[in-house]
Amino acid sequence: MVENQSVAAGNRPADERLQKQSGLRRLLSRPELGAIAGTVLVFLFFGATANGTGMFAADGIMSWVTVTAQLTIIATGAALLMVGGEFDLSVGSMIGFAGMMIAIPTVYFGWPVELSVLFAFCGALLIGFLNGLIVVRTRLPSFIVTLASLYILRGMTIALSILFANRTIVSGVKNFAGDSFMVPLFSGKAFYGLFVWLADAGVIGKLPNGQPAVQGIPAVVIWAFAIALTGHVVLTRTRFGNWIFGAGGDANAARNVGVPVARVKIVLFMATAFCATVYATCQVMEFGSAAADRGVLKEFEAIIAAVIGGCLLTGGYGSVVGAFFGALIFGVVQMGILFTGAPNDWFQVFLGLMLLTAVLFNSYIRRRATGER
Amino acid sequence: MSETTVHSSSEAPLIEVRDLIKHFGPVVALNGVSMKVRRGEVLCLLGDNGAGKSTLIKTLSGVHKPTSGAFLVEGRPVAFSTPRDALDAGIATVYQDLAMVPLTSIARNFFMGREPLRRAGPFRFLDLDLAEQVAREEMRKIGIDVRDPSQAVGTLSGGERQCVAIARAVYFGAKVLILDEPTSALGVAQTSMVLKYVHQVRARGLGVIFITHNVRHAYAVGNTFTVLNRGRTLGTYEKAAIGIEELQNLMAGDKELQLLSDDLGGMV
Repeated sequence: MVENQSVAAGNRPADERLQKQSGLRRLLSRPELGAIAGTVLVFLFFGATANGTGMFAADGIMSWVTVTAQLTIIATGAALLMVGGEFDLSVGSMIGFAGMMIAIPTVYFGWPVELSVLFAFCGALLIGFLNGLIVVRTRLPSFIVTLASLYILRGMTIALSILFANRTIVSGVKNFAGDSFMVPLFSGKAFYGLFVWLADAGVIGKLPNGQPAVQGIPAVVIWAFAIALTGHVVLTRTRFGNWIFGAGGDANAARNVGVPVARVKIVLFMATAFCATVYATCQVMEFGSAAADRGVLKEFEAIIAAVIGGCLLTGGYGSVVGAFFGALIFGVVQMGILFTGAPNDWFQVFLGLMLLTAVLFNSYIRRRATGER
Repeated sequence: MSETTVHSSSEAPLIEVRDLIKHFGPVVALNGVSMKVRRGEVLCLLGDNGAGKSTLIKTLSGVHKPTSGAFLVEGRPVAFSTPRDALDAGIATVYQDLAMVPLTSIARNFFMGREPLRRAGPFRFLDLDLAEQVAREEMRKIGIDVRDPSQAVGTLSGGERQCVAIARAVYFGAKVLILDEPTSALGVAQTSMVLKYVHQVRARGLGVIFITHNVRHAYAVGNTFTVLNRGRTLGTYEKAAIGIEELQNLMAGDKELQLLSDDLGGMV
């Protein structure tokens, strides 16, 4: 710690048992470092193997950017909740259920789509609130409480879908949505003009009909950016963010200095439900339908992204930036395997190995951060 | 051994409780405890396990409400319903293992629950620069070199962590510090570091309630000793009026333990 010596030295001799810490070692104690390193590796790998497959052409890039964005939305919520010391396994089911909360009132009750979307957000926040309330009141592990929610919500999604549509998909939302601003807000493409210009300038390719190969930034990408940025700023730069670290790191210690731990955790459960609903709304507006199997296993993908991004399973440590890079690794590998034509099964093998590596790396980092041996 | 009055000052004590009683259902945890702590005084609260020390400090720090009895802060009766109320009244409690969040930085811990904010338009952000600067400065005042206030609290030694927790309470204007066995998990050097700091805090005019079952540690910093036994006050003694061995015997409060102690040829 050469750079701090003037401040630290005082008039006491330095402790000779204290080794000098290099800048690199300090960098190592940042939660997102592992995920950034992983991202570089993944890009190097597919840069070499997927060259010429179109993965790094404009439309190829947009494919993995979209996958990354979708996962970033729910991974942000999952990461904040994990730093706050809890899990939410009901994220995937919430995606399916929120979709139904939009589609069924729109198609079968004749509600305007704006009202249905508002209803879905309110409903999801209420369910998130209940998840949080049960966890903080009963002090049961959130793992088990939200596992129950996972089944309850998925079951209700399927049952309601069959009750109203007599099958597991509620379609036709597009016909009812018409030209509501909800459609472009959640499934539009931004900066169309920029992409036309880029295509004319020859930077990106053109389709046979003269349209640019990519017609804009999908709304889901903009949502992901806004949510991740907000999550990052809240976690690292606000009072509430400090309370998240406290609530997850040591709830008793935080409570002793006046942090409202229960309130923090409940708000975080509501935040994950909010993120899941944004994801669901984007899908419903894009496909014009809600399906009962939407979001299956997404809770695990969100947790994987958060863990790859440096979140500790025990709470109190992690970052939203890391979760974004976790999602990026996920998106690049999933699409990269598709582009290179490798069998898709390998994706799961890779994911498992990546998760294991990340967890080992994280526990090493944690031991370093706390000085444990 | 009768209870002795130790202070003649006319100033109201920082904290005074009289005949405090606390029941948990059928369990009588406190059965008439009286004690007071004055400005610039270290009151050691001694007692064996089950004597009621924990219940007493949890009552003083607003975790429990007393069943009956008088609880005065600077002469005025108070009724705390949350730990926050006690904090606002200037009573800060430092718990043995539950004072700090180990994975979080020193600066963030120092301001946990009382974060410094900086306005930016309609938003208020954490002022981390100020937090780090203050944390570093306050640590330097008590002789701890914080190399980097953004390093995790877990990298500090047990004694340093206790000192950070105490410094935090002092910085935020505590008038009374309640220290719950601050030295019980520490080695010799670490203990003397904490005791030295307690002494400094006292010299600055704060009142300190020091809970321990180590009579030596108590005797090293205490001015006054209140001994609890089975939920009652056994007595309050000034340092001049009682020796360390006598105090130990009182605290044991049990003939058999004293006999055992004699058998072993020393103090237990």
